[in-house]
Amino acid sequence: MRVVAAMSGGVDSAVAASRMLAAGHEVVGVHLALSQSAATLRESARGCCTIEDAGDARRVADVLGIPFYVWDMAERFQRDVMDDFVAEYAAGRTPNPCLRCNEKIKFSALLDKAVALGFDAVATGHYAQVVERPDGGRELHRAVDPAKDQSYVLGVLDAEQLSRAFFPLGDTVKSQVREEARARGFYVANKPDSHDICFIADGDTRGFLTSRLGEQPGELVDAATGEVVGIHSGAYAYTVGQRRGLGLDRSSLDGSPRYVVDVDASANRVTIGTGDLLGVNAIRGDHARWCGAAPEGVVSVGAQVRAHGEEVPAQAWAAGDGVEVRLGSRLRGVAPGQSVVLYEGTRVVGSATIASSWLERDRGN
Amino acid sequence: MRQSAIAAMTEQLTVTGNASSLHTSGRSARRVVEEARERLAKALGARPSEVVFTSGGTESDNLAIAGTFEARHAADPARNRLVVSAVEHHAILDCVEHLVTHEGAKVTWVEPDPTGLVTADAVRAAIEVDPGSVALVSVMWANNEVGTVQPVADIASVARGFDIPVHTDAVQAAGQVPLDFAASGADLMTVTGHKVGGPLGVGALLVRRDLVVVPQSFGGGQERQIRSGTFDVPGIRAFAVAVEEAVASLTSESPRLVALRDRLVRSSLDLGYDVSVTGVWEAGDGIRRLPGNAHLLVPGCEGDSLLYLLDAAGVECSTGSACQAGVPQPSHVLVAMGIPERAARGALRLTLGHTSTDADVDALLSALPGAIDRARRASRATGLAV
Repeated sequence: MRVVAAMSGGVDSAVAASRMLAAGHEVVGVHLALSQSAATLRESARGCCTIEDAGDARRVADVLGIPFYVWDMAERFQRDVMDDFVAEYAAGRTPNPCLRCNEKIKFSALLDKAVALGFDAVATGHYAQVVERPDGGRELHRAVDPAKDQSYVLGVLDAEQLSRAFFPLGDTVKSQVREEARARGFYVANKPDSHDICFIADGDTRGFLTSRLGEQPGELVDAATGEVVGIHSGAYAYTVGQRRGLGLDRSSLDGSPRYVVDVDASANRVTIGTGDLLGVNAIRGDHARWCGAAPEGVVSVGAQVRAHGEEVPAQAWAAGDGVEVRLGSRLRGVAPGQSVVLYEGTRVVGSATIASSWLERDRGN
Repeated sequence: MRQSAIAAMTEQLTVTGNASSLHTSGRSARRVVEEARERLAKALGARPSEVVFTSGGTESDNLAIAGTFEARHAADPARNRLVVSAVEHHAILDCVEHLVTHEGAKVTWVEPDPTGLVTADAVRAAIEVDPGSVALVSVMWANNEVGTVQPVADIASVARGFDIPVHTDAVQAAGQVPLDFAASGADLMTVTGHKVGGPLGVGALLVRRDLVVVPQSFGGGQERQIRSGTFDVPGIRAFAVAVEEAVASLTSESPRLVALRDRLVRSSLDLGYDVSVTGVWEAGDGIRRLPGNAHLLVPGCEGDSLLYLLDAAGVECSTGSACQAGVPQPSHVLVAMGIPERAARGALRLTLGHTSTDADVDALLSALPGAIDRARRASRATGLAV
């Protein structure tokens, strides 16, 4: 097959590319330029948009002896990921830009361009497994390394996207990937893992949002009393379940921890409350994406609401463009905008963007 | 690299000797440098004493711009303005920007006409805004992207009327069109080795004998106290051999390249893909456009897709755009010529040289239609179609 190996400049995508080549595919390395101002060399482990990262990817391609190109996707990334990220926060939701990027950039803009140019598939260094069924259909499964499993951020891929995706690292633990990189002489073998959000270089999401949305002072309200207990500088910077950075004067409260329990963007109001208010057992999601056929009727699944979060047993059913999920145990800190990904065993069934969540007390959990 | 240059360079690599030393091997190395200087000067219409060897085009351009600016500004503080064409190479543009940002220089960018031509009238108009403030005029001999040959002699004649020195970056022109430093009236001229089939990392700045240029690097003062550094004797020798051979073969090589280029351009325009050619193109002309330059615009495509597809088909070309971190940016040359940014993304720069053959042009012409089809599909797929 003719395969584009998406190469970020990190160790994972380097080994993924080398494995595709070793498997006998015709491989071309492509680094996505996602930032419109990539003119910086950074020492930070974060991100994947620097000149240094592009150079690292190029060096690996050199070592592998494969062609290498930089494709400029900055315009699409700005529109589909960064603008969307800011708009979602402005609407009081908590987006996951990695899912968005996989859905709209890596397995859409990149994949479509690759297919148009005559390639058959895109390979990335994500930790997830594609399992081919006897009928030729493909399933997405969790990686064998639970600490690195990235099936959650790939839960947005539909059957069509999955049919052209390769994740060569899904059957391997990270330490072995580094070992393999060293054995192949990749300079990036010891490069630190990337963290957080690639386009927020310093990790300061609140600062990033403030620079784009401005200061918008508003009230922090106590859920129990309805009293104003503080002032915030913009409801958009708060996430349901958040405990740190509330700037509360503890003496005015009873001393137990307070969490964000609601973000009302239209009123620019943040409601805080005790932890017991955070537990929910019902989720409604929209923008459902199914890694195969949509489930028929009610199915027993595992539900996960954040990357590396715990999976809890649940019942789920498709409802229009969305999904209804009833959890077997309560989850805390379920924020609108995040994704709920549904699993059947290790298989990803699909995902949806959380629109609302609530507690159904009569369900006995 | 030309075989003659490779032979000269490899032979010289086996010979020990620092050309600045006074012992026997030093003297013989020095003799090689001076012979190279004489041959280079003769080939380019300059005097040997006007040749300052450098590490290549970028250093020569920087030395010309910054060195002359500093000298002229020091002699007359009112002279703080550079008159520079907007279609220069980044070795000029970025040096000028540096002087503007850090040295208080001012700049008047001279815009080209839609064919990329910088007219003497446009230069005159830029000077006449305030003639007493101009430190230097710089206009390249021929544009590296679209191949337009500039009227350097006319421009130099205009500038001379105001007593303003003129630099010309002739990196692309050397060996492609006739060059004569003295006859051009320019005061400074940049040439480099690898563009004439010589080695990488060696070039020269031709500097009129009475022009003051402030050095930009400091050391032994080997080259007229303008440029320091131990002589790269093998590189210099091979560079001179390559320039000499390129200039000598010009009368036969130029018509050959023009014929190849014309067939390439004509056939591309006739593909039925709305391909257009930029700059000045007239069949048979090797004077107003570089003989080996074919620069095409392919609507609905991104250059990087074409580049990939043609590369996979064995045709090596460039998108004619500057790369930052490998990210294609619309070319400043095309933008200055008034070509919309979207159209500029579909630029394809095909360069023919002394190794190019009819078979190469055939290979390109057979690969191009399929590549355009695919590249257009890719542009539509990414939602960035024109």
